[in-house]
Amino acid sequence: MAAAVSLRDVHKRFGEVEVLKGVSFEVAPGEVVAIIGRSGSGKSTALRCVNRLETIQSGEIELCGRRVDDPALDLRALRRDVGMVFQSYNLFPHLTVAENITLAPRRVRRTPPAEARRIAEEVLTRVGLSDKIDAYPEQLSGGQQQRVAIARSLAMEPKVMLFDEVTSALDPHLTGEVLKVMETLAKGGMTMLVVTHEMAFARRVADRVIFMHTGKVWETGPGSMLADPQTPELKEFLANGL
Amino acid sequence: MRYQFDFGALLPYWRDFLDGALTTLTMTAFAVVFGLAIGILCAIGRRSASPLLQRLCGFYVELIRNTPYIIQIFFIFFGLSSIGLRLPIFAAAVLTLVVNVGAYTAEIVRAGMDTIHPGQIEAAQALGLSQPQIYWDVILRPALERVYPALTGQFVLMMLASSITSQISAEELTAVANNVQSFSFRAFETYIVVAVLYLALAVLLKLAFYGFGQLIFPRRRRLGTPL
Repeated sequence: MAAAVSLRDVHKRFGEVEVLKGVSFEVAPGEVVAIIGRSGSGKSTALRCVNRLETIQSGEIELCGRRVDDPALDLRALRRDVGMVFQSYNLFPHLTVAENITLAPRRVRRTPPAEARRIAEEVLTRVGLSDKIDAYPEQLSGGQQQRVAIARSLAMEPKVMLFDEVTSALDPHLTGEVLKVMETLAKGGMTMLVVTHEMAFARRVADRVIFMHTGKVWETGPGSMLADPQTPELKEFLANGL
Repeated sequence: MRYQFDFGALLPYWRDFLDGALTTLTMTAFAVVFGLAIGILCAIGRRSASPLLQRLCGFYVELIRNTPYIIQIFFIFFGLSSIGLRLPIFAAAVLTLVVNVGAYTAEIVRAGMDTIHPGQIEAAQALGLSQPQIYWDVILRPALERVYPALTGQFVLMMLASSITSQISAEELTAVANNVQSFSFRAFETYIVVAVLYLALAVLLKLAFYGFGQLIFPRRRRLGTPL
């Protein structure tokens, strides 16, 4: 089966600094892949290149059969296939939960308001927040906001979802509720690429773990590799993390 | 020395005062609509990727904000007529107001746009919204909600500053006052009446802006907190 996401020898520079030095990996449809690594290892940048929030200097990126690095790419078509959830939630503060979720369906897909509202109710049920549909983001806890952000992304029915350190701003209790939602998604067959510092989540939920170090894929394997690191860098990373 | 007030002497002119106040309000309404449009376009221009557009909008804003309004009025009014373009006085007066308030509006709107976190824009991009949709739904709407008090304050100031257009004989409230006092010889009373009328207009305008704000910013209406 063709990969849902594939990166081949991707190089990315910010000015003089090369943050991705030939990164290659694939994510199969339905697979959950966790990317771990130190801050500055390039893991978030790699993720952001997949939906082209960042453009790359060389290499190839493919998402659901589309060449992401093609300059003539239809960006909006690409982004209909891939959702993204951010560390800082990025809910729109002036809009209610329902409006946050229905904005993209109404604007991008021209979904009629009543139908969009129904979609909002459905995705909110999936993240366990159907009672918050008419609240404003500032009335929600961080964990609730992040679950709404996940629901907002789900409303566009993406084939692939990208998670960029989505629990890093949350306390352990709120982290748990967000991870639970993500685990349910994973079990439902969603293709997920998850940049995370939650080692327990990576070990338990991810089909595969990628350890990035200094802009390269350093070590990769099933979740169990975290119990048995092969490289000294991963060993050190895991030791410091605990 | 005791001054004998005689407001009765102004009674025959009540129609003129009313007309003047209505003209001031009409000028203000036009200037708010077009000034806001220019201000928003100019604020977007200053954030655009084109250096030419950035500089052009920046030049306009700095030029207007750093010269006196009355000089701008004379410049536009006599400048236009010397190149053969003769506008009706009302239109010319509104034009000077629009040019003036557009520059101030641009700075206020730009400040509002600058408060929008880049993450908001990235989230909208990731959702597949187009650039114009992002500008409208994710940048402009919250930006305007944030700067609404500053913006409407500026519009009230502009309404008061429109009195200066009496210098080119626009028939607004101050011009009416100038006429009335020269006919009635009751200068003190005339300007007291006009001051009260301006105060009433300002309060009216503030109330109208408040009501409009409640209408277009449902979040503020429901939560009452600043965004």
